[in-house]
Amino acid sequence: MISRRELQATSKDAKPGVVQTHSKYPFRLNFYDRPPVEEITIEQFETAALDRLRVLAEIESCFARNRTFEEMGKVIVGIWDKYLPLHSSTAHLERLEEERRKDHIGHFVLRLAFCRSEDLRRRFVKAETTLFKLRYQSDDHNEREKFLKSRDFDWVVASPEEIQDLITPTSYDPASKSSTYYKVKWTRVPDLVEKRKVVLKGGMAYVPAAEQASIVYQEFQRHLEKDLEATAKALPRLDEDTRLIPILDNLSKGFQAGISSEWAGKTEGQEGLTADMIDEMAYKHYPACMRNLHMALRRDKHLKHFGRLQYGLFLKVLGLSIDEALAFWRKAFSTMQDDKFNKEYRYNIRHSYGLEGKRANYAAMSCQQILMSHEPGSGDSHGCPYRHFSADNLQSALLTMYSDHGLTSQDMPEIMHMVKQKHYHVACTRVFEITHAHQGVKKGEGVGGGESVTHPNQYAARSRELEKKENGDGDVVMQG
Amino acid sequence: MLAFYRRLYPFKSLFTWLNHEHAPTKLFTHREFAFTLQGDVYLRYNSFATPDDLKKQVCAYNPTRFEIGPVYSARPRDKKTVRDAAFSPQLRELVFDIDMSDYDPVRTCCAAADICRRCWQFIAAAVRVLDRALRDQFGYTHLLWVYSGRRGIHLWVSDREALELTDEQRRALVGWLTVIQGGKEMHKKVNVRVGGKSLPPSLAQAYKMLEPVFHELILEDQDVFASEERWQALLHLVPDAVREKLKNAWERDPHRASADKWQNVLDEVDAWKPPARHAASQTQTPAAIKEDIVLQYTYPRLDAEVSKHRNHLLKAPFCVHPKTGRVCVPVDPRTIDRFDPGRVPTVHQLLRELDAAAPPAPSGGGETGEGVGGDKVTAAGEHHADWERTSLKPYVELLDRHARGLMEETRRAKQKMDLSW
Repeated sequence: MISRRELQATSKDAKPGVVQTHSKYPFRLNFYDRPPVEEITIEQFETAALDRLRVLAEIESCFARNRTFEEMGKVIVGIWDKYLPLHSSTAHLERLEEERRKDHIGHFVLRLAFCRSEDLRRRFVKAETTLFKLRYQSDDHNEREKFLKSRDFDWVVASPEEIQDLITPTSYDPASKSSTYYKVKWTRVPDLVEKRKVVLKGGMAYVPAAEQASIVYQEFQRHLEKDLEATAKALPRLDEDTRLIPILDNLSKGFQAGISSEWAGKTEGQEGLTADMIDEMAYKHYPACMRNLHMALRRDKHLKHFGRLQYGLFLKVLGLSIDEALAFWRKAFSTMQDDKFNKEYRYNIRHSYGLEGKRANYAAMSCQQILMSHEPGSGDSHGCPYRHFSADNLQSALLTMYSDHGLTSQDMPEIMHMVKQKHYHVACTRVFEITHAHQGVKKGEGVGGGESVTHPNQYAARSRELEKKENGDGDVVMQG
Repeated sequence: MLAFYRRLYPFKSLFTWLNHEHAPTKLFTHREFAFTLQGDVYLRYNSFATPDDLKKQVCAYNPTRFEIGPVYSARPRDKKTVRDAAFSPQLRELVFDIDMSDYDPVRTCCAAADICRRCWQFIAAAVRVLDRALRDQFGYTHLLWVYSGRRGIHLWVSDREALELTDEQRRALVGWLTVIQGGKEMHKKVNVRVGGKSLPPSLAQAYKMLEPVFHELILEDQDVFASEERWQALLHLVPDAVREKLKNAWERDPHRASADKWQNVLDEVDAWKPPARHAASQTQTPAAIKEDIVLQYTYPRLDAEVSKHRNHLLKAPFCVHPKTGRVCVPVDPRTIDRFDPGRVPTVHQLLRELDAAAPPAPSGGGETGEGVGGDKVTAAGEHHADWERTSLKPYVELLDRHARGLMEETRRAKQKMDLSW
């Protein structure tokens, strides 16, 4: 089957002290240090991979739909029971060994399929790490402890004196009840540092026991990233017959086609959209984030960098051609000299259309990106109003934007409740339903088929579709 | 400008600071330099084998400024000839940028690009807090603060561990340090209490340093709550019941001083009882409200994007700011309070000093020739150590001291390796 030597070469860094070796799987959890080294039939090779791929694809689609970790857990458990069951050691099943072997093989086959590009690697690592997390959390407590002991995670339990020095008696963290802290270099737990869930001193992070799992996840992720890169480098030297390559090709294509994380417009934007039409378009079809940017642009005659980026790409996908875009921005920055505009802004606008620099065709930002990246600083107007506005500003902004479209202050408590629960996309979807009620959109229908808003362009496209349908029916043109 | 690069710019010092030792290493040779020429022509991916090469190129281009980027896996000037995959940023100082214009909502003396001694105190407070946090919490020791020439300050952290941080780790570190969040439309920009009621220890420490600043700077010196717009902003940060009460009182008496207004806030907030079963009562204790306000008005406002990515370029120290003519000089964080951006030497002043000190002989000789690391007169007869005779001297010496610390560390690390053999 697979050339053993090559596969071995891909995970040189397997730690010597690790217990699990080939043909023995003492634990349900697996760090996948060593590749499988036995005869595998082509059929096993393919089914193990395909079944695992189903689970990973479902994980990705959960991310795309903004599901919470808990919701995702429920969905995924159903899927993996079907395709990739993995029981705890206490189950004493005969199949146990077989299940774990399949898990092991599937993981390594997918590594081969997904190590080839940066993008695939990133997505594979994210999905695999999430799968590991879900399993870790559902693992039997004792078994998990044993698993943790079986590996050297290189953490030091902080002495009581150290903790006394660091943590004030009125400690801030609820986790301090259990007074165990693990000491690791802060660079190993960046996620905890970012959220200030640890105590830092001299470059060491003191991780409360409740967050211990984070160290494990980070370790898993780092381990996998490193191995994937090594695999990618070894792959060209994999002297393989023609049986495997087609399978691997198919697998990686399946992953890419399975779920599109970018919103791909059904309508490729409106033909002949011109700069003069933007104001009307904004008034009738924009979601709150873009309305806000447009209003800020008209008010300040300027937008800061990320505002231009978020709005500019949205306009591009909306169907504004490069010439019209340049005309639009030139006009919008009305207080600016031509010279300054040409020097400082022209390039950026052309760049976002893929006409400068590395000539990439940038996609418009999805809700996920708007919510998660580039937190607006003071003076910025980009971001998602549902998330980045304070409650009273959001309410007055929404009423200013949409009261002509049927949004009233009676709707506010419902919207604000969703915002408070941090379901920003649900709130945005609800606003869409209310403002398009006169076109027959009902509660719960969302942007078609019960889907919620995941992309600003999706919002605008659906809004225009509804208008077109209405006009097409020969009704009177509704002016919002 | 050309005379400034030829005779005053301390290329040697810049080199040792970037390179960490005398003989050029990848830290210098694989380092990206980007030039901004007259007319805003921008040249990226330059790299040089020696500091003399850098100087020659700078004198040839005579740029308005130049920037320093990361150390790449290959020489940046060879970028076009290597595969994309083989060209990626490897090492980079951890950098920070604080810009005074981010303080516009909380300062009254200047706005936008202007800066004066009074609002410099915001920067001074930011420097003290960040300097302390990076040293104590992250354990970094080689911090170089550089005045940006107009309205801000840069920080370069050159510890080996800081150089090696990945983008993800940089993002995490910035997240740890960032407190002021939310755009124009968000009143309350401080949301740092996760679960518990009291501040995380790192911020409690910062709060202790910032509380006196709030009193001296915000209440007394800047008198921030004098104008209606500003005190309305303040009232958005207190509970609704308190807001109504104070709004009425202050509208009747608009000229109340900021300190008195703050006292009103303290009294009212103390007297205020969180409504029972209030959803937000977890974080809405009187103490928390006060702390959050102090932080919102004084905590460092970082330009986070600069720090998050290794390939971000930042203006080199000792460049000249094109608008002000001031030189971007290193600043000692211990005396940051007394630093006056208005008194930083300008390029014209320095050239005048140079002429006054020793009129250059027509042949181009006459310099002492004993700068740091034994500067010599190059073939072109250029001056290396002329900065010694101008008011630039203390600043260059500051950079040299800093660079010596780095070289010492490199030497020790090498010695250790030798021993381990």
